[in-house]
Amino acid sequence: MNTSLSWIKAYVPELDVTPQEYTDAMTLSGSKVEGYEELDADLDKIVIGQITKIEKHPDADKLVVCQVDVGAGEDIQIVTGAPNVKEGQKVPVVLDGGRVAGGHDGKKTPGGIKIKKGKLRGVASNGMMCSIEELGSSRDMYPNAPEEGIYIFEDDAPVGESAVKALGLDDVVFEYEITSNRVDCFGVLGLAREAAATFRKEFKPPVVTETGNGEDVNDYVKVRVEDAELCPRYCARVVKNIKIGPSPEWMQRRLASQGIRPINNIVDITNYVMEEYGQPMHAYDLDTIAGHEIVVRRAAKGEKFVTLDGQERAMDDTVLMICDGEKAVGIAGIMGGENSMITDHVQTMLFEAACFDGANIRISSKKIGLRTDASGKFEKGLDPNNAIDAINRACQLVEELGAGEVVGGVVDVYGKKKEGKRIPFDAAKINRLLGTQIEKEEMLGYFEKLELGYDPEKEEVLVPTFRQDLACLADLAEEVARFYGYDNIPTSLPSGEATTGKLSFKLRVEEVARNVAEYCGFSQGMSYSFESPKVFDKLLIEKDSKLRDAVVISNPLGEDFSIMRTVSLNGMLTSLATNYNRRNKNVRLYELGNIYLPKQIPVTDLPEERMQLTLGMYGEGDFYTMKGVVEEFFEKAGLHGKTAYDPNAGKPFLHPGRQAGVVYEGKAVGFLGEVHPQVADNYSIKERVYVAVIDMPQIVELASFDRKYEGIAKFPAVTRDISMVMKKGILAGEVEEVFSREGGQYLERYELFDVYEGTQIKSGFKSMAYSLTFRAKDKTLEEADYALALGRILKSLEEMGIELRK
Amino acid sequence: MKERLEQIRENAIREIQKSDGLAKLNEVRVAFLGKKGELTAVLKGMKDVLPEERPMVGQLVNETRESIENLIEETKAKLEAAERDLKLKQEVIDVTLPAKKNRVGHRHPNTIALEEVERIFIGMGYEVVEGPEVEYQDYNFTRLNIPPNHPARDEQDTFFINDEICLRSQTSPVQVREMEKGRLPIRMIAPGRVFRSDEVDATHSPSFHQIEGLVIDKNITFADLKGTLAEFAREMFGEGTKVKFRPHHFPFTEPSAEVDVTCFKCGGKGCRFCKGSGWIEILGCGMVHPDVLRMSDIDPEEYSGFAFGVGLERIALLKYEIDDMRLLYENDDRFLRQF
Repeated sequence: MNTSLSWIKAYVPELDVTPQEYTDAMTLSGSKVEGYEELDADLDKIVIGQITKIEKHPDADKLVVCQVDVGAGEDIQIVTGAPNVKEGQKVPVVLDGGRVAGGHDGKKTPGGIKIKKGKLRGVASNGMMCSIEELGSSRDMYPNAPEEGIYIFEDDAPVGESAVKALGLDDVVFEYEITSNRVDCFGVLGLAREAAATFRKEFKPPVVTETGNGEDVNDYVKVRVEDAELCPRYCARVVKNIKIGPSPEWMQRRLASQGIRPINNIVDITNYVMEEYGQPMHAYDLDTIAGHEIVVRRAAKGEKFVTLDGQERAMDDTVLMICDGEKAVGIAGIMGGENSMITDHVQTMLFEAACFDGANIRISSKKIGLRTDASGKFEKGLDPNNAIDAINRACQLVEELGAGEVVGGVVDVYGKKKEGKRIPFDAAKINRLLGTQIEKEEMLGYFEKLELGYDPEKEEVLVPTFRQDLACLADLAEEVARFYGYDNIPTSLPSGEATTGKLSFKLRVEEVARNVAEYCGFSQGMSYSFESPKVFDKLLIEKDSKLRDAVVISNPLGEDFSIMRTVSLNGMLTSLATNYNRRNKNVRLYELGNIYLPKQIPVTDLPEERMQLTLGMYGEGDFYTMKGVVEEFFEKAGLHGKTAYDPNAGKPFLHPGRQAGVVYEGKAVGFLGEVHPQVADNYSIKERVYVAVIDMPQIVELASFDRKYEGIAKFPAVTRDISMVMKKGILAGEVEEVFSREGGQYLERYELFDVYEGTQIKSGFKSMAYSLTFRAKDKTLEEADYALALGRILKSLEEMGIELRK
Repeated sequence: MKERLEQIRENAIREIQKSDGLAKLNEVRVAFLGKKGELTAVLKGMKDVLPEERPMVGQLVNETRESIENLIEETKAKLEAAERDLKLKQEVIDVTLPAKKNRVGHRHPNTIALEEVERIFIGMGYEVVEGPEVEYQDYNFTRLNIPPNHPARDEQDTFFINDEICLRSQTSPVQVREMEKGRLPIRMIAPGRVFRSDEVDATHSPSFHQIEGLVIDKNITFADLKGTLAEFAREMFGEGTKVKFRPHHFPFTEPSAEVDVTCFKCGGKGCRFCKGSGWIEILGCGMVHPDVLRMSDIDPEEYSGFAFGVGLERIALLKYEIDDMRLLYENDDRFLRQF
């Protein structure tokens, strides 16, 4: 929403502020001004001059030498190449040292262009006559400006006076961000009312006078509303003997300040009233309305309609149409039809100012794919009581501008009249909510400036229908706060019962995960929760896998962002691929993010959101590096039980011989491994990639921050080394299983210190050597104490076909 | 005898002084004091000394031994010191050679900013809670005073799953979930992912993070909201930071406000960060709308509260001078390592 300062001043005549003061004060009272443009910021020393004499330039065919009266007593000489100048014309003249905003081509120069005296082909030129483009505007906004050349004023323009002022360029245009609840502020009058209240000046809205001749509009047109729900009010008036012509300059200037191109008096009046009252209006050529009858009804399914922009559009039965006795003539609240539009030959016209259901307009406009200024206003839900003022105002302007003869009376189909609300007023409660001590009278004063009434007997505030955003005491509190000033409200901290600030246990465990990952060299990444369904193929996930049952977004940004991820790997591999592409070496990343597992397909319930710790790396390090990170994390999270690694995890996206399910105390809590070379290739990573994924909800359940000191061993340990040769297929885990099972009470730990496969050993075999440490808490061990256990271990190993070396 | 001992002593002193290393010194010690040394030999010859002279000779021998031993110890200390000095000189290293670092990973800037926010609010007694990212529209909208067909549902460019479920477009539904638990008073912040269908560019992302705040108690005022957020701004952006509250509209708060802070780059003078205004918009807030309280079974006559919502990325981008939001989701190692 834009307004010019001059238009606001038309209703708040006492307003006397700088653009910056206006911006700051309006913003602080709730009408946020996003910025402003001073139309004359780059215009300087430009006056109205009259050309008294034109002579040929002695040395240039395309130039002429003009003598121009600029009201300074003596004419000044200006050389110009403009084709359209004639003696006696009045034109804008930039004097020596003045500035214009840009060039003929309409391109503006920041800071403007300085004009100095000089010589053109040897002839002195002491200023410049300028075009509308050089003045920073355009023919769109000043339709009377010539297509090419100097702007020409009307004959009565006062010589020597400011040309900027005469063109209405001595103005400021403000741009506002109006919140959707303040429908009234989408009209200049609403903003003017706010300005008057903000600056505590008098608000003087236009006085709408009675209009019309002695005839009765009901003899010209009948209106029938078939769907009163979608059209609570429909007002119609008729204007005959229309004289199409340009609208007056003051109206053109105001429309231009809103960025609306002046067209002709009738179109301009409808636009003007729409801007002034925030009420969209439409004008039909009454001679095209069959049976001189208007019917407001829903469209038939699949009904086709050509809007006034020449496009054919398809409707459905929720769209409201304006029809005549035979056919549709407009889409209600969105756009009129080509078949009934106003042309230059219009004789009799039907003005429409109606009120439509906001939600319906919004939905229809979306369905049809057509959003207009009018629909943008209607969809916010307009005040039906504003429609009658707007249509009468339009007819008043028709009479004032001599654009036609207004027929007496209004057709007004208005079923259930909308009444203003009454809100019980309680100053003490408002003060309690705000933390202020504002006098009741002061509050009532603010309300008065906003045209809210007050019933002192019932102690109720009477809310006019144009303020449909006000419904309860809290709303009144905001009105008080805005005009008392948010700045002036004191600051305090909440009193009352003390509360404990804390992180949830889940968040604490996540913090441990972050810390461990980072200690181990992994940096934190973040990736999107939604991805492409193609991801499943990229990860070689089986066609019948449950992982393919994903939550699907019905209106995604595109297929690539259309499903909620059920595996966390795609984000990680994509990030690693980005790094690999950019030749970053030795990259280690981790992410803590959710996967979304639907409880049923189709989704009828919220999916299960499971936080995953995903680690990924390429470059230095291998499978065991990744395994180390997982174990460090488990230790720090207080998972001191037994972690096993299942080589048959069956993850299709991992190397079949280099993957493991992570099993903690018998529960599968994640997996790790080398990414399948085919998958790495799908992500264009030409190095070995290792990943680990840990299912955090399970870890959170198992984690503990309880710690207990167990004492430092006082008695010496006994160490025995076992060296073995075994078939390659036997896993270290199987050997260790034997140690744990048979080690007895004194086995403190075991440690692998050598693995060898190669020429020193027969093929198909490997050697492994472990160091076993025995220790007792309460005595120095003697051989007899551990010999039995050691014997059992050796026996079990031999039973597995493992050869022991001495 | 006496002469002999004197002779031995003088010889020993000479030999000790000639010693140029610990090894040599040890040879001297062995030669004079060792089992086969000269002085030991004298002691062994004691049996030839007259019994009445033996005490005197014994004393002389001891005195000689002592003086030799002392000198050896003294010399040893000197030689050791000299050797250590030499070693230290030989062991000089170039301390400007590169460090051997344990390549520690780095935290995402979003997380760093979030932890800062959490630290501040935990200190003020707020609990950090979470809610689902895929959410019922009822929680995301209706119970926040945004009924079906309300224009605000469009303004937020929501991603929908079906007629009931959407990707939450704000963290505000966590307010409702917390209020529904029926435990009062409430002081919470709820950080998390939110989603809006904005195309990716330098300032937009379809997935970003918000931090919701909610306080519900008896006698909570707009002044409390102002005080709390002013405190937050000072902690987050520096002691001198000022805040400005501008009226705004959110369906679930009334009165509502947007909050600007004095630009933390220029201190309010105006620079490219604040586009010359000296102020930076950081959050939206307001007093919880009585209808929202009622919908969660809290009596607005007895309780009041305030809520606020902060864009996490916005703070991270501004605070760390990151000029393109896409960097936050590319996870380029060279980017992450700067935090």
